[in-house]
Amino acid sequence: MNIHEYQAKDILRRYGVPVPAGNVAFTPAEAEQVARDLKTDQLVVKAQIHAGGRGKAGGVKLCKTPEEAGKLAKEMLGKILVTHQTGPAGKEVKKVLVAAATGIKKELYLSILVDRAVGRPSFLASTEGGVDIETVAANTPEKIVREAIDPATGMLPYQARKIAFGLGLGGEYLQSTVTMLLNLYKAFVDTDASMIEINPLIISEDNKVIALDAKIGFDDNALFRHKDILAMRDLNEEDPREVEASKHNLNYIGLDGNIACMVNGAGLAMATMDIIKHYGGNPANFLDVGGGATQETVTEAFKILCSDKNVNGILVNIFGGIMKCDVIATGIIGAVKEVHLNVPLVVRLEGTNVELGKKLLKESGLPIITADGLADAAQKIVAAAKKAA
Amino acid sequence: MSILVDQNTRLIIQGLTGSAGKFHAEQCAKYGTNVVGGVTPGRGGETVELNGKKTPVFNTVAAAVRETAANVSCIFVPAAFAADAILEAADAGIELVIAITEGIPVLDMVKVKRALAGTTVKLIGPNCPGIITPGACKIGIMPGYIHKPGPIGIISRSGTLTYEAVWQLTSRGIGQSTCVGIGGDPVKGLDFIDLLELFETDPQTEGVIIIGEIGGNAEEQAAAWIKDNFTKPVAAFIGGATAPPGRRMGHAGAIISGGSGKASDKIAALEAAGIAVAKTPADIGETLINLIK
Repeated sequence: MNIHEYQAKDILRRYGVPVPAGNVAFTPAEAEQVARDLKTDQLVVKAQIHAGGRGKAGGVKLCKTPEEAGKLAKEMLGKILVTHQTGPAGKEVKKVLVAAATGIKKELYLSILVDRAVGRPSFLASTEGGVDIETVAANTPEKIVREAIDPATGMLPYQARKIAFGLGLGGEYLQSTVTMLLNLYKAFVDTDASMIEINPLIISEDNKVIALDAKIGFDDNALFRHKDILAMRDLNEEDPREVEASKHNLNYIGLDGNIACMVNGAGLAMATMDIIKHYGGNPANFLDVGGGATQETVTEAFKILCSDKNVNGILVNIFGGIMKCDVIATGIIGAVKEVHLNVPLVVRLEGTNVELGKKLLKESGLPIITADGLADAAQKIVAAAKKAA
Repeated sequence: MSILVDQNTRLIIQGLTGSAGKFHAEQCAKYGTNVVGGVTPGRGGETVELNGKKTPVFNTVAAAVRETAANVSCIFVPAAFAADAILEAADAGIELVIAITEGIPVLDMVKVKRALAGTTVKLIGPNCPGIITPGACKIGIMPGYIHKPGPIGIISRSGTLTYEAVWQLTSRGIGQSTCVGIGGDPVKGLDFIDLLELFETDPQTEGVIIIGEIGGNAEEQAAAWIKDNFTKPVAAFIGGATAPPGRRMGHAGAIISGGSGKASDKIAALEAAGIAVAKTPADIGETLINLIK
């Protein structure tokens, strides 16, 4: 789960990580009031959406007075912001962060996340801040400092010093940077974050080390023990199809193709997308119905697939292990009748009670195309979707 | 022969009295696995009937090991309590822990991995289908009947995609020595290389299929290791070539592990190591068969 910049900064502030003073505003009047309370003539108004690249898209603007801050907020609120991370549809700005702007001496990069290769939380830091860390890794990998933390001891001061010196934050900056890093680690562990990224971390004109931007993602598996964080979820920022799917315990990710698929198991679901593409088709989604799908979940899954107007065909690929093919077939038949399917449907069943499942589909009298094996299924749906398009 | 589990395995189920635990324990027992007991805190002294046999339930893993001489445990405990269950098994002297549970918090697994480091306890999973030595021992949620005893080892990060590969082999008359689902979580127990080491010295195994997917760099590491150390034919498949980049994992996630996490890079690394990579998931079985015939 991701949160907004203003929420991330609230968390960091709570853990003693320095962030610029500021607050969220939902209306121009609120923005003006926040700006007034900040008592500074250096202000920044930042659109709050779950995507990077806001600055280039006009979602970050500087100003001097509360009135100007209100005006900028009025321009941004309700506007669709398109950045390289939002996709072409963009995202509507529903709130802005109004904060004190700071002169920048130097921009740095800092993040913490779990390194799966060593199975430990690890810091990633670089003197090259304000740019994409991917670019730094590609061009100047020697400028990246890595430090893995032993979960048994937690972060030790020497590790914080190593990172601080690696960032060029020795001397007068050392003590405050060490404290900030230790606090950041604590925030990461306490909140079950999956990533905290501060880009840029800056040295301000008045020689303070400050998190100028902040992005926090959380481990979905751990949200059950963080009700306060779950409350920060902003459904406006999520694909409505994904929100609907998650209500029914379906793992759905919307894509931009025209062949919808419904599969059991994440690996097989990905592989099904791969083989659709291999035969010249384009998947409309990733959908894993899981191992315990019932007739109801199959019906809900079909509703979501059919709500996508780009869809010209549906492929169901089920390898019934514990799940029985006849149960799946009954679910599909019920769903097709309920949602008034108007695109071609190819069903590939394999596994327990497969013969019975195929018989049920055949006897239903519905226009269901059955397939034997993955390759056959993919070829059939690609051909059928082309015809229907 | 086979690896890790066989007819001598003495299995306990942690979470035996839960609905998933009981259902799958029954399936394992029916397959022929020697299920000697179960553990559910507070339910010690009860029994659960598995395949017509009364199976004792214990309050602790330590008691179960003491009374049944169990050496392997399979975990069906809910995600919030699963890390605790894994470490309880390890502490009680269980040699091999198989964690089926899905959705364990990553930082819980970070602690588990740290606690198991330096011990001889082996962990498979979490978030995996389990392990099966066809004809001898099935531990986990995979359908038993699609397997057949034979010469091919399988190591996979995916569940149902493994069934797909197994089925492609079995329906062509080729059996399997042992199939291991290592699970899809970022922090987990045994990885490709740990299992390849075991398959290398297993006389029954004549070839291996590895099924990987996008994310991390375990496949690249396995490819390099295979090139230098593994003498048997290997076929591979990488799922997720068409998945949109960055949906699951931020860029920093890929950078910190020292790999891109992309399918194309994994396939290139495998091919550079002389491993035959299946072009589509429908060709996994065929790709391996072409290597051994």
